[in-house]
Amino acid sequence: MSFLHRTLLLPGFPALLLFLSLLCPARAGGLSLSPEALDSLRSSKVADRERALRELGEDASEAAAELLDALRAGDLYVRRDNGDLLILRPGAEEAIFVPGGERTPFADRTLLRKVGISNSQRSAVTVLLNRRLLRHTDADVRRGAVESLRAGDAGDKALLLSLLQNESDTRIRARLEQLLALLGVGDAGASSDDLLRAAAVLGDASLPQAAQALETLKGHRDPRVAAAVDKALYRLRVTADRSDMLETLFFGLSLGSVLVLTSIGLAVTFGVMGVINMAHGELVMLGAYTVWGMQQLLPGRPGTALLLAVPASFLVGGCAGALLERSVIRHLYGRPLETLLATFGISLILQQAVRTLISPMNRAVESPAFMRGMLHITDNFGLTCNRVYILCFCLGVFALIYATMHKTRLGLEVRAVAQNRPIARALGINASRVDTLTFALGSGVAGMAGAALSQLTNVGPNLGQGYIVDSFMVVVFGGVGNLYGTLCGGLVLGLANKLLEPASGAMLAKIILLAGLILFMQIKPKGLFPERGRAAEN
Amino acid sequence: MTERDMPAAGVPAGVRRNVEPQMHEAEGPCMPAGIPGAVPPTDLGIPLTDLTGPLEATPERVLNRSAVVFLGCLAACAFGVAVCGLLPAVYPLHLDAYVVSLLGKYLCFALLALSIDLIWGYLGILSLGHGAFFGLGAYVAGMHLMREIGGRGVYGNPALPDFMVFLNWKSLPWYWQGSDNFLFTCLLVILVPGLAAYVFGRPAFRSRVSGVYFSIITQAVTFALMLAFFRNEMGFGGNNGLTDFKSLLGVNLQSKYMITGLFCASALALGTGYILCRVIVASRLGRVFVAVRDAESRTRFIGYRVENVKSAAFVFSAVLAGLAGALYVPQVGIVNPGVFAPLFSVEMVVCVALGGRGRLYGAVIGALAVNIAKTFFTTALPDVWLFFLGALFVVVTLVLPDGLAGIPDRLRGSLTALKAKSGAGA
Amino acid sequence: MIRKFILALLVGLPVLCGTAFAADTVKVGILHSLSGTMAISETTLKDVMLMLIDEQNKKGGLLGKKLEAVVVDPASDWPLFAERARELLTQRKVAAVFGCWTSVSRKSVLPVFEGENGLLFYPVQYEGEESSRNVIYTGAAPNQQAVPAVDYLIKDLGVKRFVLAGTDYVFPRTANKIIEAYLKSKGTADTDILINYTPFGHSDWQSIIAEIKKFGSAGKKTAIISTINGDANVPFYKELANQGVSAADIPVMAFSVGEEELSGIDTKPLVGHLAAWNYFMSVDKPANAEFIKKWHAFIKDPKRVTNDPMEAHYIGFNLWVKAVEKAGTTDVDAVLKAVVGLSVPNLTGGTATLLPNHHLTKPVLIGEIQGDGQFQVVWETPGEVPGDAWSDYLPDSKNLEADWTDPINCGNYNAVTKKCGGAAKQ
Repeated sequence: MSFLHRTLLLPGFPALLLFLSLLCPARAGGLSLSPEALDSLRSSKVADRERALRELGEDASEAAAELLDALRAGDLYVRRDNGDLLILRPGAEEAIFVPGGERTPFADRTLLRKVGISNSQRSAVTVLLNRRLLRHTDADVRRGAVESLRAGDAGDKALLLSLLQNESDTRIRARLEQLLALLGVGDAGASSDDLLRAAAVLGDASLPQAAQALETLKGHRDPRVAAAVDKALYRLRVTADRSDMLETLFFGLSLGSVLVLTSIGLAVTFGVMGVINMAHGELVMLGAYTVWGMQQLLPGRPGTALLLAVPASFLVGGCAGALLERSVIRHLYGRPLETLLATFGISLILQQAVRTLISPMNRAVESPAFMRGMLHITDNFGLTCNRVYILCFCLGVFALIYATMHKTRLGLEVRAVAQNRPIARALGINASRVDTLTFALGSGVAGMAGAALSQLTNVGPNLGQGYIVDSFMVVVFGGVGNLYGTLCGGLVLGLANKLLEPASGAMLAKIILLAGLILFMQIKPKGLFPERGRAAEN
Repeated sequence: MTERDMPAAGVPAGVRRNVEPQMHEAEGPCMPAGIPGAVPPTDLGIPLTDLTGPLEATPERVLNRSAVVFLGCLAACAFGVAVCGLLPAVYPLHLDAYVVSLLGKYLCFALLALSIDLIWGYLGILSLGHGAFFGLGAYVAGMHLMREIGGRGVYGNPALPDFMVFLNWKSLPWYWQGSDNFLFTCLLVILVPGLAAYVFGRPAFRSRVSGVYFSIITQAVTFALMLAFFRNEMGFGGNNGLTDFKSLLGVNLQSKYMITGLFCASALALGTGYILCRVIVASRLGRVFVAVRDAESRTRFIGYRVENVKSAAFVFSAVLAGLAGALYVPQVGIVNPGVFAPLFSVEMVVCVALGGRGRLYGAVIGALAVNIAKTFFTTALPDVWLFFLGALFVVVTLVLPDGLAGIPDRLRGSLTALKAKSGAGA
Repeated sequence: MIRKFILALLVGLPVLCGTAFAADTVKVGILHSLSGTMAISETTLKDVMLMLIDEQNKKGGLLGKKLEAVVVDPASDWPLFAERARELLTQRKVAAVFGCWTSVSRKSVLPVFEGENGLLFYPVQYEGEESSRNVIYTGAAPNQQAVPAVDYLIKDLGVKRFVLAGTDYVFPRTANKIIEAYLKSKGTADTDILINYTPFGHSDWQSIIAEIKKFGSAGKKTAIISTINGDANVPFYKELANQGVSAADIPVMAFSVGEEELSGIDTKPLVGHLAAWNYFMSVDKPANAEFIKKWHAFIKDPKRVTNDPMEAHYIGFNLWVKAVEKAGTTDVDAVLKAVVGLSVPNLTGGTATLLPNHHLTKPVLIGEIQGDGQFQVVWETPGEVPGDAWSDYLPDSKNLEADWTDPINCGNYNAVTKKCGGAAKQ
């Protein structure tokens, strides 16, 4: 049946489109596209788009730019029923018809099929659009356009030279000079002087291709050039090594901050209270789902949702923790091994509950714009924004917990109950209330960790499991009952992991680290910063 | 009825700084106080802290009433299953090979649970990584089965297992040498888990890692092993593990005789393991176990080398676990790093807790109950299975600290209390 | 407690044995994990099978009998897969089984299906190097996914350097081995190939992406060929986007990322990255539109996506129905004889024919990720590609052929020595 359908339809389809395109006026609104080009836009095959792109590339009009931009953003549609092409921006109610340029209200999106383009066509469109911006009046826009010019795309020397002549902004000039130098190095007929100049420019260049280009000149017949190239290459290598080192350091700290975040709550519940909470990972998971829930409540505003989700996840985690403490853990104080089993059961129940109530599949959590992209420190060294935020968030949470434990009445009571329960009670502290509050605090922090993790990894029922062994190791490694120990332990483990990783690969690094930790704990069972005094002897 | 009903005294293992004072007397990992109807301490007439008296593992002490009943039941069931399994299919009592191998698998889990109970119930060492030793035994057995495939693999290479051909390896790595020899494999099944337990346990016990810390480290060990065995370069088949076994000692693994034979071997191993454990706990060493569990420092002050006791028990327990693993592999036909997953080990610990710690037969009951439930629920109500398992963990620890095996005792206890009350009333 | 034990056995055994009752229905086994780590992918396949069976019943069933789905849950536990498979075949007496996802689960059930002479339809793209008499592979073999995708990268995108990033298990290992051999045959230098393996669920991709960035900045067009599995994908793509690697700079060609996986990712930063499959939900064909409509009606959620393994089950089920109708019986041997050479329509407007090696002919489509979580087809093979069980690019298997028709009737027939390998059924 469907085969028959296909054979009947295939020859008829282009003819139908041709007929329809004849009905539409092909030249209007300043956009001059041949019927073939319009057909190529209507085609369901992406490969057919080339024709239209070629014509649009030669068209300098604003309408062509608008069409290219719509193509790139995926806002160009074709009507399934009559083959009309129209641009419909997200949220807009008016559609712009192509090629006429008429604006008419249009709401029924179900009739529309998107005009897709492929990845390479998208790059070509971007190059075309950027060329239009090379002479833009705003220096920032211009710089963006120049920076997106890759050496290969820049192509002709004449364009770069003419741009350089009219340019006043120093950073844009530097970039243009580097591009020119790159072209110069590749030029077989370049004179020694040109090459000397190019080597000098490229030695400080941030272009990733600089080293590659200079390598080709190594051992040039002119000794002056060869020496200059060697010098430039050395300079590039030094810069690269330095940024590599900084990068590894940052990666380590960032991994460490994730470890600290996931284990700091455990440091409170396990370290201070002595409760082995195997459901800790699932409290983290609940925090991550809070972010997802908040984004469902506030569609289109992921940033606000994320910010609101931070306190909300604290509340969700805290309430879940309080409930857990009141219903189960309370009855098991003094029996740490049994707490472990009971909370393990709770972790299984929570996981399955999420699977049943929400979905067994991962949920998509959006990253707000401020969490995306890189923060460039120098031209060839940058930090990823989300990691920077999470590192700061981690330090903030740590400071908050530390202050709570050492500067507030609650913290005092928590420590008193932890150190000597009967005497604390004799002094009028409601020990059972303190237990609940401490556990809720630890669980709330776990929830906040989940909010942070939602920006890095899957939000799904298995989220917590991946972190539970690691978190316990961090707390025990740092020294139970010592918040500083957890901070140091987490950061040290993160750094060690990232230092090992390039040499051994991700898998082996983790195994070596675990083996090392096991050995360490056999030698120093109390961790990096053992608690001293009588309380520790119990 | 057994030694477990002694009053727990002194300092237990683990973190306990914020213990309610009234709970201090009740912290033996085995028997919390405040449970209505808890059995009053009965004993064999020997004071608890007395480790000096004549305590030999005489046959009467080893085979007390519960041991005789347990072994009798095991033998009867095993014999019945074996006979029914060998009957031709036309007889109404015929047991399908599927059921026999399933029961054989349960017995392997029961042996693993028994090995956990020996160190947890009697010595207070909670290992959350016993799956590691089970897995090591399983891999040793799997290596032998792999070699036995010989030229019948898909690539038809008589010297190399398929996955090595696939990895372009040209010769067997050194640790695979000798694995084609059945007797050598049997030796390795004992040696490898035992040695691993010694290498890991000895330093840990020497530096007095105990309680929760020990549990967490054992979990890390099994987790690290899981990651390591996932690596294809390790030479153990990576994530796919070892599979596609054909025969053992020349007999087809799918044949009814092989399946029944493996079932009988598992039952025999469980029975032997049980008797050995009974011998240990009924002897003076068993007394020392309990003393270590209830008051480690005191035992040390008396002059016992606690770390030696712990290492020995841990190694013996690991050997039992390894044996269980080795018997498990030919019955399920695959071993992969999943046996090292922390969840598997914790599940086994819960089996022990459910059955009742410190009774040995309790562990067996727990393992059988949980696995039968697993088989039933994952077929009948797959969505509910994890809820059920999770609830089991919580309920057992909260409501049934003595486990299933403790129910009759508790009933008896409350009955006695009731009688005493009514007697006093009259 | 002993009574408890006996009771457990008494309660357990009848449940285990099941009851073989008179067959007034044709039973179809569904062997997909509904809990555990694989539930995320496999639950959907169970639902699709239920839908297909339901639909067939509405059409009047098969051979005048109603179809009955038998759903079991192997709980993402590989030994449990074998146990459940044996239960389906020997206890529930199913006519065919549709199931498994991971390679290891297939390897685990393989001896069971061969031993019990069952029939398994395996719906997932896999590493090849296997052809069993009792398995119909409805997913893609490597030559129906990896090789055309690499061709596209080389010819259409002009890629010169390749990063092969995968999770460390057998599918990525094999796929990468084949791709590496293929690339070398096309003249790619060793220094232009970077291979990287990571553990399951790897979540910290910072260093690896930084390395890839450096590798890709050498002036030659670079692409990543990703066989990263499941949960590790989200952090991978997130880190990629955050470190500023766009699809225009270094495109990712993924073999394990489909619509279902994308539904858990915010795809806006990923627009333009690629995937190679034999089916995409976005394919604009009447058969597909009808399938999607039915699926949404069945699952009662218009937002649910369809994906490649679902299409594989659709094809596999229709093939089985057609073969049973042709053979006039559900007997496995008769169905196996009838099924080779049958053709059924697929959902992308072509036909799927079952080859003698138990693989299908499939079209290969390359799609680019769109902002709405769908793929847009940018390239496709002109016709269907026949699946090849043994890769021509691996030295150990290039001489092997699979042919389950007379006179060869062998899964690993060596075309040079004219002999059938060891594993084949004679």
